[in-house]
Amino acid sequence: MSEYDSEVEAAIRENHPALITYITAGDPSLADTKDYVEALDRGGSDLIELGLPFSEPIAEGRTIQDAINRALAAGTTPEGFFELVDDLETEAPLLVMTYYNMILQYGDSEAPRASEEASGQRPRAKPDVRPFVERAAEAGLSGIIVPDLPAEEAEPLRRACDDNGLDLVFIIAPTTEGERLDRIMSHVSGFAYVQARLGTTGARENVSGATHESLERLSEYDVPKAVGFGVSKGDHAAEIVEAGADGVIVGSALVDIVASSDTPEAAVDRLEAKARELKRGARSGAETVTIDPEDAPEPEQP
Amino acid sequence: MSTEHDHDDGDAGRTGTFGDYGGQYVPEALMPALQELEDAYERYVLENEDGFMDEFRERMHDFGGRPTPLQRADRLSDRYDREVYLKREDLLHGGAHKLNNALGQVLLAKYMGKERIIAETGAGQHGTATAMAAAHLDMPCEIYMGRTDVNRQRPNVYRMRMNGAEVNPVEAGSATLKEAINETMRDWATTVERTHYVIGSVVGPHPFPQMVRDFQAVIGDEIREQIREKAGRLPDSVVACAGGGSNTMGTFHAFVPDEDVDLVAVEAGGSSLDIDESEGLAPNSATLSTGTDGVLHGAMTKLLQSGDGQIMESHSVSAGLDYAGVGPELSHLVETGRVTPANVDDEAALNGFHRLSRLEGIIPALESSHALGYLEESADELGDLVVVNVSGRGDKDLETVLEETEKRDLEAAPDVEVFDG
Repeated sequence: MSEYDSEVEAAIRENHPALITYITAGDPSLADTKDYVEALDRGGSDLIELGLPFSEPIAEGRTIQDAINRALAAGTTPEGFFELVDDLETEAPLLVMTYYNMILQYGDSEAPRASEEASGQRPRAKPDVRPFVERAAEAGLSGIIVPDLPAEEAEPLRRACDDNGLDLVFIIAPTTEGERLDRIMSHVSGFAYVQARLGTTGARENVSGATHESLERLSEYDVPKAVGFGVSKGDHAAEIVEAGADGVIVGSALVDIVASSDTPEAAVDRLEAKARELKRGARSGAETVTIDPEDAPEPEQP
Repeated sequence: MSTEHDHDDGDAGRTGTFGDYGGQYVPEALMPALQELEDAYERYVLENEDGFMDEFRERMHDFGGRPTPLQRADRLSDRYDREVYLKREDLLHGGAHKLNNALGQVLLAKYMGKERIIAETGAGQHGTATAMAAAHLDMPCEIYMGRTDVNRQRPNVYRMRMNGAEVNPVEAGSATLKEAINETMRDWATTVERTHYVIGSVVGPHPFPQMVRDFQAVIGDEIREQIREKAGRLPDSVVACAGGGSNTMGTFHAFVPDEDVDLVAVEAGGSSLDIDESEGLAPNSATLSTGTDGVLHGAMTKLLQSGDGQIMESHSVSAGLDYAGVGPELSHLVETGRVTPANVDDEAALNGFHRLSRLEGIIPALESSHALGYLEESADELGDLVVVNVSGRGDKDLETVLEETEKRDLEAAPDVEVFDG
């Protein structure tokens, strides 16, 4: 075991600067997702986030919304998702990213449904986060990210994660300040997910000014910080790491590759290459900060 | 084990809950805005700072036309052999109760120094009310509306544009209310620092359910006073339709402490109460009657959802009731037994529509027609003195009603085939 509290934290600290990649599970099928995750792992991802699709993804931009719709149309279910994770053997620890209702409802498939209840006494089935967290731990997931669960509502899930050795990663927004920032940073589990800009996920052309301001604001906290929302290129990764991040998170740019490749094989190759580009970018950003002649950046490929 | 955490004593760290329901399940970026809104709500709405509530009431009087009448329905009273009164929210400016909330929130946004208004709309009633309020108070306004709804509610799209609002069609999913809310939340998460999101019902994260209820509570406050004047006592029961639940909570709130007054929330039974999980479809929006607990659009509440937690596409002949969730406070009041959930199907609502049009000379909204359909089915259970909230007028629904009536053999309907002749 490493000197760190968790696998997730170790993956970032020991592979500094870390590359965290995201794809939506089940887009276009769970079998393809397995190949894509392995490609991202080979390409140098230090952590991989798997999106478990929910029908109302309010934090996502168009790219990931479309991926979620494709995954749902393909019949992706939580149980199918966990079976995929059961089968995956990656070097990078895996995280699940999903919305709170998916966590609440898991394991409740015996709950009475409208058709059975319409005329009768309604037995009460209270949603519970524990079945999901226990199944996640059993499948070998290392952590959970929930974009619609702010710290104020997270107590039940945090306890379940603590009990099962999972990290519950919180998002720090450009609007997170003052007392709330202190409180969230004092509870960081795994890493602080620094949201680079206001708005939704989606690949952008530039690193936002808000990113630099956020990293500046967070510099006094000694926790691993990874920046996501809009990161799509090696150059972005370099700039973000140079600005003080311990890792970069890339999602929509990878989902774009999945959506735009002619064959699954082509997507596998392009995902692996994109991961390499991003990891290289992150490293070159780190070198600007600490010169390490042993590990010069490789030239950018066209 | 969890002693290191801040709030071990249950809900101490949570705000805005009604029993098990409510809360603030939103992206982190919105949390500071919700705190800012909560603070403004407490100061201006609850404490009338800077005379906010005085200005609100004055504008609702001069611009909105409040108070609305409580009218004895003579022929319905004869038909059901009891005293039936109608609360005429259809007479409010804009033709529905929606203005109470829209004007309140746009005015609050102004007091908060916000520069821009956004809102979602389903059938277009909340959108038009918000567009009117924004024009009245000189605020730029953008409305998100599902493409399907844009296509089937053209007149409301024109009304919004006439009032200067921009209407943004939302193409995602089934392109109706649920998707419009998702997209408005995404806009808000991007522009939160200068924009206020006027949620259209008693749904969403705290403080919206409570604040929207307070702006709508004028309905029940007026009923209480008016029925005492006219009938000399409180009613035996109060009936209102329920989709998201803003007219419902607005009507019920004043009566919640009056344990002798029965409160009935009538939902859309649609064409059936069954759920087709494989298609992700619930051909109804009877959330209070048949839903299960979960989190949607910022709150824990009752939902129409699959066993996995995917939200269903709901359906009702009335676009304004067509929503897979419901306000958390209503979920709580149903759970504790204070509010009785009921539902009537599309056909009963259409009959209710025709009956009120013919017997009382009032063309009600299809939403309100559900409450009237329930009155027909269950008048015997409602006691001697009944108040029904007519939440809106039905001009907007005429095309739908003609179309749906032609398909059916409705006892209360006139022969619509000769309408064009």
